[in-house]
Amino acid sequence: MMRKPFTTEAQRHREQQRERFLASGSLGFMVFLCVLCVSVVNPAFSKEAAPLAQDEATEKRLVAISSELRCLVCQNESLSGSNAELAHDLRREIRTQIAAGRSDAEIRDFMVSRYGDFVLYRPPLKGTTLLLWFGPGLLFVGGLVALIRYLRRRNSAIKDAPLSAQEREELERLLSAKEPKK
Amino acid sequence: MNRFLWPLIGFVVLVVLLAVGLGLNPREVPSPLVGKPAPAFSLPQVAAPEQNFAPKDMLGKVWLLNVWATWCVSCREEHPILVELAKNKALPLVGLNYKEVRGDGSLDSDKIAPDAEKKLALERANAWLNEHGNPYVLSALDLDGRVGIDYGVYGVPETYIIDKAGIVRLKHIGPVTPDVYSRKILPLVAELNK
Repeated sequence: MMRKPFTTEAQRHREQQRERFLASGSLGFMVFLCVLCVSVVNPAFSKEAAPLAQDEATEKRLVAISSELRCLVCQNESLSGSNAELAHDLRREIRTQIAAGRSDAEIRDFMVSRYGDFVLYRPPLKGTTLLLWFGPGLLFVGGLVALIRYLRRRNSAIKDAPLSAQEREELERLLSAKEPKK
Repeated sequence: MNRFLWPLIGFVVLVVLLAVGLGLNPREVPSPLVGKPAPAFSLPQVAAPEQNFAPKDMLGKVWLLNVWATWCVSCREEHPILVELAKNKALPLVGLNYKEVRGDGSLDSDKIAPDAEKKLALERANAWLNEHGNPYVLSALDLDGRVGIDYGVYGVPETYIIDKAGIVRLKHIGPVTPDVYSRKILPLVAELNK
């Protein structure tokens, strides 16, 4: 893919920062040089970030759509956050489709028709996903019913046992008795 | 007795669910493409880049589409089995060479011009087939992986069986093993050829 040179808000900001940084004295400049050396020497960091789309609105929509989609290569990452090769390709595809004027729903359908419901982080409500959607609720209700039944049964198991006349007398005597002197 | 029965049943159910769940391969995502027409494309052929290949050229035949690349390690693993499959003449194999240059992490594809990329991809693919044997009646060249997206490719190798009417009947993710070949592919092809 050919990259067209353009300046984004972020790049301009970075450039301003760098200028300020350079102007902020020799120690800062030395640190800057060290950072520069590391980033030039280490090839692991040499790959640039993928270019942003030309306009911010497209990029915002891209992030909104792709953060709701699963990357199939690293399945616990969203398409928006993944750095996998396929995620790059799919983000490019989404950008192209946004540029072509497709709606968010159409783009989502495009992904689902190719990769299945699995790409959606919010699975659709249908026959095969009923248990997925309502299973936790069912478990909760089941647990609640079991708890209520258990508590009721326990309540009825505890019998009220009033004191007999003799026991009451004994109690009175014990309570009214003076404490023996030590 | 009843006191311990229900927790025991719960435990057994949990163990069964976990055993099934953990035994599944999370990479095997069911493809929505199965039962649907194979997406159309027209791509240059690896052996003869001036000619294009389109899936509709295979109408009337049960055929296999295998997504491969020379940088794909698992493709090497399945390659001898594909060669064997081709020898048996059970069905024609068509290759889809997927992102030959861009998919290779060791190449900086951003610095390669489109013309050079195509040339390089053809060279690499043809050299590889010459060296390891060519099981394909032909291979199509998907340089940018766009056709791969239409087929829902997310990990090479992937294999599709497409019937006489051009409907995808099977998608297999990962290398074709002898087991997959004899238990999944051959019976399906026999049935589709009836």
